[in-house]
Amino acid sequence: MMEMAHFSLEGEQGKEGAGAVLRISGSLSINRFGSLPSDLDKIEGPVAAIDISDVTHMDTIGAWIVHSHALKWDCPIEGADEAAKRLIDAVKAGEGSEGPVAVHAHAIPPLQRILAQIGEATIISGQTLIGLIGFFGATLITGWDLIRHPSRMRWNAVIQRFEVVGVSALGIIGLMSFLIGIVIAQQGAVQLRAFGMEVLTVNLVGRLTFRELGVLMTAIMVAGRSGSAFAAQIGTMKLTEEIDAMRTIGVSPMEALIMPRILATVVLMPLLGFYSSIIAIIGGGFLCAVSLDIPPITFVQRLREVVPITDLWVGLIKAPVFGLIIGMTGCYQGLQVKANAEEVGLRTTSAVVQAIFVVIVLDAFFAVFFTWVGWT
Amino acid sequence: MSEEQAGTPAPEDKDIAIRVRGLRTSFGNQVVHENLDLDVYKGEILGVVGGSGTGKSVLMRAIIGLQPPDAGEISVFGQSTIDQLDEDVLALRKRWGVLFQGGALFSTLTVAENIEVPLREFYPQIGPELRDEIAAYKIRMTGLPPEAGPKFPSELSGGMKKRAGLARALAIDPDLLFLDEPTAGLDPIGAASFDEQTRQLQQTLGLTVFLITHDLDTLYAICDRVAVLADKKVIAVGTIDELLATEHPWIQEYFNGPRGRAATSAGRAGKKAGGTDKARTGKDEG
Repeated sequence: MMEMAHFSLEGEQGKEGAGAVLRISGSLSINRFGSLPSDLDKIEGPVAAIDISDVTHMDTIGAWIVHSHALKWDCPIEGADEAAKRLIDAVKAGEGSEGPVAVHAHAIPPLQRILAQIGEATIISGQTLIGLIGFFGATLITGWDLIRHPSRMRWNAVIQRFEVVGVSALGIIGLMSFLIGIVIAQQGAVQLRAFGMEVLTVNLVGRLTFRELGVLMTAIMVAGRSGSAFAAQIGTMKLTEEIDAMRTIGVSPMEALIMPRILATVVLMPLLGFYSSIIAIIGGGFLCAVSLDIPPITFVQRLREVVPITDLWVGLIKAPVFGLIIGMTGCYQGLQVKANAEEVGLRTTSAVVQAIFVVIVLDAFFAVFFTWVGWT
Repeated sequence: MSEEQAGTPAPEDKDIAIRVRGLRTSFGNQVVHENLDLDVYKGEILGVVGGSGTGKSVLMRAIIGLQPPDAGEISVFGQSTIDQLDEDVLALRKRWGVLFQGGALFSTLTVAENIEVPLREFYPQIGPELRDEIAAYKIRMTGLPPEAGPKFPSELSGGMKKRAGLARALAIDPDLLFLDEPTAGLDPIGAASFDEQTRQLQQTLGLTVFLITHDLDTLYAICDRVAVLADKKVIAVGTIDELLATEHPWIQEYFNGPRGRAATSAGRAGKKAGGTDKARTGKDEG
């Protein structure tokens, strides 16, 4: 429809020999100028003037090309009609006065960036540690307040959390534990067969699940299911100013939001951990019956002989502590959300990662501690 | 480029930028538009008003092809946008720019890189240097400070986000500009300066602007005509004076409510004083 943009150089010898006149014709707009910008760049000056009287149509990008080349060659623009002048003035707007406009974010040298990241990570870890300790204190104070004034406890919210954290998790935790029980029994049996001690598989499954794996796997699952949900829920409520609204009408977010959640994880972790251990043992017993020819009755009998009751206590003592960690990191990270939706995602991730990390670190301490007190 | 048709009483097809006929859109059982007709003329700023939930944004989304309508015909610059091949719509997409309500800037790119995205996608033959230059002058043209270029959207204020969104919408020099509530959430000073910027750019670049707004001041300050959405269709289109003459209760309530009256008197006073409004009033009479 419209003519492509062209240009020609016309030497005007008579005029002091100062260079040629660049004539541009056609439609000088972004979808019509084709390779014109790169062709123009190949011209070596000097150019006496740029003549655009034959340009039929121009847009701001065309105006910019004309203007920037006029600047480069330090030559006048001739033959601009009113519309073209207006466009050239528009692209010039504010130029020079405030310096150039940078396009990309300021790049930092790699070494400096790595050092800065290490420093930032250190500061953030320190702040998180202090924040979590402070939050633990706030939780204790709120808990003590609620013990003194039990009527302020929001039982509806607590029951609802119990359902979400506990009852809804039964299916997935059960399936996971059953499979883990099978895997331990199967892998253990393969190794123990080399010594002809396949029967010790029962010891392996029983002691491992009650002491360690039942509670640990449950903690990881609860952190993934509920810790993340706490962070995302509370973070979103923070963004929509729901938490501020609560404070203004005299509802303590610690009592209404945080305590029911922490209580739910603390109370339900031992229950879920015990449930998980039992299911894992059923899984192990199932494999023993199917592939090792140990009948269930023998399995149970042997279990009673080799698993001391202290193994159960070890698991049950660890579980509420893990629950506290998961609930606290979830709620704490949720409360740290500021500014934007992206942060909800980041905080949710941190909640899960920190919860699992702290749980595993504490598990190591517990192992040392219980060995020390003689519950081996 | 400035093919403004001042003084043509009944615009012909070639003067119409957007034509919507018999549009019907719905979400499930909820019908948003029913038999909606609308014409947007080339070179005008059309303000679209309507109560919350009357489907202003949905109308815009239908026109730019984000919300397929159930029935009806939509054409932009004489070309239908419904049931078209991607290549045909692509040619149209090069001719319009959209400013979404929240700015919708890509959060992982700097402001200048955001502006370069449409350039890169639609015109890959443009070299990186020229692209940087173009982004730089677009930033200046939309009234952003130069230091905004390398900033990320999360570092910008609401007003600057809107301007950056406008700069991106204008990146490939479109003929048609869609603005979805550009002044919502801005302070009155910021809103007035954004209005002024829109008006200036529209006049300089000869743009057609489809502007959704709740802001009565914006309507008075920069719109050539106003379309009112209610009862699932456009119930009236015209200058504000023409709308004031209609009987429809919603329009009366809208323009003659306390806020409407304040804006009316301010708008009138501005018209008497403002020299820049002359061109517009001249065109309005046409």
